[in-house]
Amino acid sequence: MAHGPATGLSRWMFTTNHKDIGTMYLWFSFAMFLLGGVFALVIRAELFEPGLQIVEPNFFNQMTTMHGLIMVFGAVMPAFVGLANWMIPMMIGAPDMALPRMNNWSFWILPFAFAMLTATLFMEGGAPNFGWTFYAPLSTTYAPPSVTFFIFAVHIMGASSIMGSINIIATILNMRAPGMTLMKMPLFVWTWLITAYLLIAVMPVLAGVVTMMLMDIHFGTSFFDAAGGGDPVLFQHIFWFFGHPEVYIMILPAFGVVSAIIPTFARKPLFGYASMVYATASIAFLSFIVWAHHMFTVGMPLAGELFFMYATMLIAVPTGVKVFNWVTTMFKGAMTFETPMLFSIAFVILFTIGGFSGLMLAIAPADFQYHDTYFVVAHFHYVLVPGAIFSITAAVYYWLPKWCGNMYNETMGKTHFWLAFLGLNLTFFPMHFVGLAGMPRRIPDYSLQFADFNMIASCGAFLFGAAQILFLFNVIATIRGGKKATAEVWENPEGLEWTVASPAPYHTFSVPPDVK
Amino acid sequence: MKNLLPIDPTTRVSLKLAGVVVGMFAFAVWVMPPLYDLFCEVTGLNGKTGGQYEAVEVKVDTSRTVTVQFVVTKNESMPWEFKPKVGSIKVHPGEEVEMSYMARNLTGTGMVAQAIPSVVPFKAAQYFHKTECFCFNQQPLQGGDSADLPLRFIVDQDVPKQVHTITLSYTLFDVTEQKRDLLAGLAGAAAGP
Amino acid sequence: MLNRAKRLFALLLGPAVLISISGQSLAEEVERWGLNMPRGVTPVSREVYDLHMLIFWICVVIGILVFGVMFYSMIVHRKSRGVKPANFHESTKLEILWTAVPFLILMGMAWPATNTLIKIYDTSESEVDILITGYQWKWKYEYVNQDVSFFSNLSTPVEQIRNLAPKDEEYLLEVDEPVVIPINKKVRFLITANDVIHAWWVPDLAVKKDAIPGYINETWTYVEEPGVYRGQCAELCGKDHGFMPIVVEALPEAEYEQWLAGKRQEAAKLRELTNQTFSFDELYEKGEQVYLAACAACHQANGQGVPPTFPAIAGSAYATGPIANHLSIIVNGSPTNPAMRAFDGELSEVDIAAVVTYQRNAFNNNMGDSVQPIDILKFKQGQ
Repeated sequence: MAHGPATGLSRWMFTTNHKDIGTMYLWFSFAMFLLGGVFALVIRAELFEPGLQIVEPNFFNQMTTMHGLIMVFGAVMPAFVGLANWMIPMMIGAPDMALPRMNNWSFWILPFAFAMLTATLFMEGGAPNFGWTFYAPLSTTYAPPSVTFFIFAVHIMGASSIMGSINIIATILNMRAPGMTLMKMPLFVWTWLITAYLLIAVMPVLAGVVTMMLMDIHFGTSFFDAAGGGDPVLFQHIFWFFGHPEVYIMILPAFGVVSAIIPTFARKPLFGYASMVYATASIAFLSFIVWAHHMFTVGMPLAGELFFMYATMLIAVPTGVKVFNWVTTMFKGAMTFETPMLFSIAFVILFTIGGFSGLMLAIAPADFQYHDTYFVVAHFHYVLVPGAIFSITAAVYYWLPKWCGNMYNETMGKTHFWLAFLGLNLTFFPMHFVGLAGMPRRIPDYSLQFADFNMIASCGAFLFGAAQILFLFNVIATIRGGKKATAEVWENPEGLEWTVASPAPYHTFSVPPDVK
Repeated sequence: MKNLLPIDPTTRVSLKLAGVVVGMFAFAVWVMPPLYDLFCEVTGLNGKTGGQYEAVEVKVDTSRTVTVQFVVTKNESMPWEFKPKVGSIKVHPGEEVEMSYMARNLTGTGMVAQAIPSVVPFKAAQYFHKTECFCFNQQPLQGGDSADLPLRFIVDQDVPKQVHTITLSYTLFDVTEQKRDLLAGLAGAAAGP
Repeated sequence: MLNRAKRLFALLLGPAVLISISGQSLAEEVERWGLNMPRGVTPVSREVYDLHMLIFWICVVIGILVFGVMFYSMIVHRKSRGVKPANFHESTKLEILWTAVPFLILMGMAWPATNTLIKIYDTSESEVDILITGYQWKWKYEYVNQDVSFFSNLSTPVEQIRNLAPKDEEYLLEVDEPVVIPINKKVRFLITANDVIHAWWVPDLAVKKDAIPGYINETWTYVEEPGVYRGQCAELCGKDHGFMPIVVEALPEAEYEQWLAGKRQEAAKLRELTNQTFSFDELYEKGEQVYLAACAACHQANGQGVPPTFPAIAGSAYATGPIANHLSIIVNGSPTNPAMRAFDGELSEVDIAAVVTYQRNAFNNNMGDSVQPIDILKFKQGQ
């Protein structure tokens, strides 16, 4: 067991080491983040001014679709799986993941899925152009031929996520060091355990819904075609039965990351650990009974509309508990503001703003005005960019010294933060205004009243994009050299990962540690 | 049974989870669609009405009248003429009413149509019973032919008091591709004695 | 461009300016910059607006409290000030408090929301019923049992979209025929679709409802002020999703009745026109208008199309082949390409005659022939 990594390409191809696989996941997700970002910039460039100037409407729709798919399935989810791979074994005192060979598989099928998805851009009829929510019949009867490749790509991504989740659950349940009881686990492990259960429950549903599409398109069934006794609205119900838990899949691990970082830099234990666990579990539970709030305008009986409205509003309670806990953790601490902390504080503030707009969207009568407008776009980008992206960035800065043994450049990190923070708000805050004023989402051209704010948003988007280059540069520079990090890296951080040397040896906790 | 399960806890957990995965997939594909249909029928979601109705002990409530409106849509601008004989009728709850639609295939080739009913308000859908409807079957028509398509329905005597107007919509879909065999039957009948 | 730069500059200064002006003009500024939801012109839209503002202000207050505590800690409890961190990390009392209080606030929000929703769902006792059908990419309005129906297309010229001409004030929000409704009457909308899912949305009426192929939805409005209210399709429905606006014209009852009578007459006149004979030039000229409204979105104004889905008209086998085939593909649609739907019912006989004449002679097709409306009628009957 004491040997180090193999050399050359085969190290990465055949590795079963959780750290190697975590690294590959993180690099892959960053590549996808850049690709999805380029698609986003195409969208923002087209929307810089009214009129059609850069791309045709059909290609614009391909961009919005691919941006959504790549960011959700290619950037955010693999990034969190990468963090889980790196950190969970180290946090619970395990030598590796429970199923290391499957771990290798779950990663290596991903590049194929995304190669296939990206290849659709070059196919006749173009890439999928029906939005990342791919509502039937636009995605079935009226879809470009490339939809079949899209379906297979989704199947592969789903298989990867499911294998990853089984691995994470098995690891957490069976591989904890003696004395590491469930209620002693770091919150990142807890949130990932719950996320993995969500994934196990809903990824098969996604696989099911795309399979039904495939059957409708190629085998003459009519699940979603009214002519054969099906119903396009059924598609939306099944999709959002997957889709709503999915958005929590993208945010729960972020809660875990922030719950690790804030106590470290506030130099004070996390407030309300147990309530954090219960809040996470309640959010996960509620996520299964709120899906139809994405469909308030689809035409539902009044009772259904009311049920989904009330259930959705309830989510504000556990989410509120989390925010209050973080704020109370900071209260009376002794705070410093290193880059991970800056990103985490921005997370709390901006995620809360996204939560507020979410609460507004939950109110069904008001949602009739917000639905499918830029207000919704603003809402979910406020939840996902500061939520998922900022927390992943914070996690990278926080644990990078542990991973590669060198400190990152703090000035560059802070510059990255401020540029990203400014870019993000410039991009997405004006979207609230244009949405309320009546701009629908997914349109390649808009009327003149929306021109000013769209121009600001486009400028912000390019700023945000440029900031990520700085991030890439900083990470590469840190890997190559820099000030040596201590084992603890920060001031008295909590967690087993800080008890091993920096950089973390290739094999850690071959002998389980003592957990007090 | 117990020793049939693998001893290794990791394998055991993984197998259980794989079982959940298979179960959820089956749930999505085989349980959710029928469950949704049932749900629609009970709540009137999407204005779906049930299949053929067997009248049981209907009492005509002459104290009330409900206006039933008929609207039609031709999906993908299907080149048929398709319209109700009357735009709307007033009926008493409980009374069985007969009316019909005119359909004409404007093209030169045989086509098969399927009409999909939908009723608003949704809360009235479960009280709208069809005892006979052309929408229960596909309708084949040779090029240029026309047909009278009958519909018999009962508005249930228990329809909520707030419901004064019920709108019945039919959307006509072209299912010639899928149901070409029906045309063959039609041709055979025409060639017969 | 320079103008916009100036406005942008003003906008960036906006916050500072906004703070310096009083409440009343604040509301005006908010409206001028298009920062908020319109209050609308119906009782329901005003209720929705009030609900929106209520929740907005609740969020603002909670936000100020939470962020207030946060920024206080960030300023006061920083290590650089030499503070010693406290060590408390739980309090059941606090946890219960901040679970219960939000719950009560939510109940306070749910109450008015429920009332408004119940009101929105009451579609009974309408006086005018309009069947709205979403098409790729236009709307059809049918006044139920009134014998009036028409299509409503985007009327913004393609030159403006392509930045070849200055854009009008109502760029992308103007149509050739608005849907007209009477004021002070309950108007019920029945909503469905012809192909994919669309959504009919007019912010000033606070009405948004999905149009689903095969199924029907209903909603209603009660407009109190005459005026023109604009909206757009709100559900992604393909290539030209951004180019199918909605224009509602609300008229006093008498004017509405007059309009409706006019529409009926127009329909009668059209039937009459069908029997008339037109000159080549009349047909060609009319055909160009029809082409731009009905065909150019896919086949492009220059007739080059976007192959393979939208083939070129220039040199097309239909436009340069036998007239019967040409008529068939327009009247019945393409048997192989679902993107080419049947235009029978969507275009009148006069329109079809004109556009066929135009297509056969424009784009260097130069067939030199033409068809009359009566030929179209004969073609349809003879099929």
